[in-house]
Amino acid sequence: MKTTVHFYGQLTDITQTPVLELEGIADTDSMIKDLLEKFPGLSQAKFSIAVDNSLVQNNTRLKDNTIIALMPPFSGG
Amino acid sequence: MDNLHERYERQIALPQLGEAGQKKLFSAKVLVVGAGGLGCPALQYLAGAGVGMLGIMDDDIISLNNLHRQLLYSSEEIGLSKATIASKKIEALNPATTIHTYNTRLTNAQALKLFPLYDLVLDCTDNFATRYLINDACALLKKTLVFGAINRFEGQVAVFNHNQEENIRPSNYRDLFPVPPSDNEVMNCAEAGVLGVLPGVVGTMMATETIKLITGIGEPLINKILLLNLLNYQQSIINIPHSTQGAANLPPDEQAFLHKDYVAACNPPSVFNIGRERLFELLEDPQTLLVDVRELHETPVVAQLPLIQIPLSVLHQNFDLFEKETIILFCQSGKRSLQAAALLTEKFGSKKKIFSLQNGVTDITGPVY
Repeated sequence: MKTTVHFYGQLTDITQTPVLELEGIADTDSMIKDLLEKFPGLSQAKFSIAVDNSLVQNNTRLKDNTIIALMPPFSGG
Repeated sequence: MDNLHERYERQIALPQLGEAGQKKLFSAKVLVVGAGGLGCPALQYLAGAGVGMLGIMDDDIISLNNLHRQLLYSSEEIGLSKATIASKKIEALNPATTIHTYNTRLTNAQALKLFPLYDLVLDCTDNFATRYLINDACALLKKTLVFGAINRFEGQVAVFNHNQEENIRPSNYRDLFPVPPSDNEVMNCAEAGVLGVLPGVVGTMMATETIKLITGIGEPLINKILLLNLLNYQQSIINIPHSTQGAANLPPDEQAFLHKDYVAACNPPSVFNIGRERLFELLEDPQTLLVDVRELHETPVVAQLPLIQIPLSVLHQNFDLFEKETIILFCQSGKRSLQAAALLTEKFGSKKKIFSLQNGVTDITGPVY
């Protein structure tokens, strides 16, 4: 089961990649746990989570080939 | 008076827009908060399109390092007011547009007073405190908000609080990010850098959304946010459902809104406060500067530690004196030094470590009886 995670803004400073593929992730909570193990710096970052182009607030079950976006707030203008 | 038809003929020729759309643009009233990177192109295209009334708000002056992206301004205008110069340029572009110039930083009370005079508000600001203030005022007043924000090579565009259908609760920025991050947690353009064309693209998209909303054409980004990366042109459109957490963080009424301190919410005082013990630890580092922000006549005089005196009242004229990396501010009680810390954070962002002595001068001298 494949999940593709896209990192936006300065999250890529932490992950050093704009996109990452994960295997065997059941839901968004376990995805975050997995990502925090890979990139501990993410614990200090603010971001929202979108699953297949829709924002989610609570733990969400993931299907195969789900696209995730981790989106930080931008203040610049 | 020029020939109206000739000025707008290329957009009236669009069957989707036509004479009817043009008339809607003539009677539209749009407030643009922030006349910087996003505001400049947004204002130009809205005036060009024939928007009848434009409000232009900015308290900033034109700086040399603005000119790579804020193309309404020119080199000889450095030091002049952005709102004033933008108004002159927009008036020259389209004399038929009525312009209201506001040389101020938006306050809660002003938002409640001004927003009802306009059909739409554009958030072209550069800080979270004003962005949340605008969002909350628009949510409270049910005013359509066109949002745009930028970072390095990436942009975000969204339409909030637009009551398109009665049965759908419109989303707002708090549905995306319920509480503001502190300005320290997210870098601004000064720290992160920004490609000059990025606000040009994103500000132009904000003008596009505004024209679409006014004329009723296309599919504006209502309850959606567009994410755009200029480096590879990848785009995503994310749906923003109404969230209970977002709603819970909105001020429930005008009184609650008026009492909300947006600057403090984005710069929580606790991040600045330190006590006596931490003070002496930090002073061991030669890159630490101790600053007395009391007025010069105030006592007790601190003679036991090296320091400089920069009263809060003249702090904004003396930013060049804060050369060191770590700044510790103190006053009589710890209150004015917090204000000074907020001011310095606004100026320097996360480039400097800024602290305020929690209990004021007594943290240095011990209690004075």
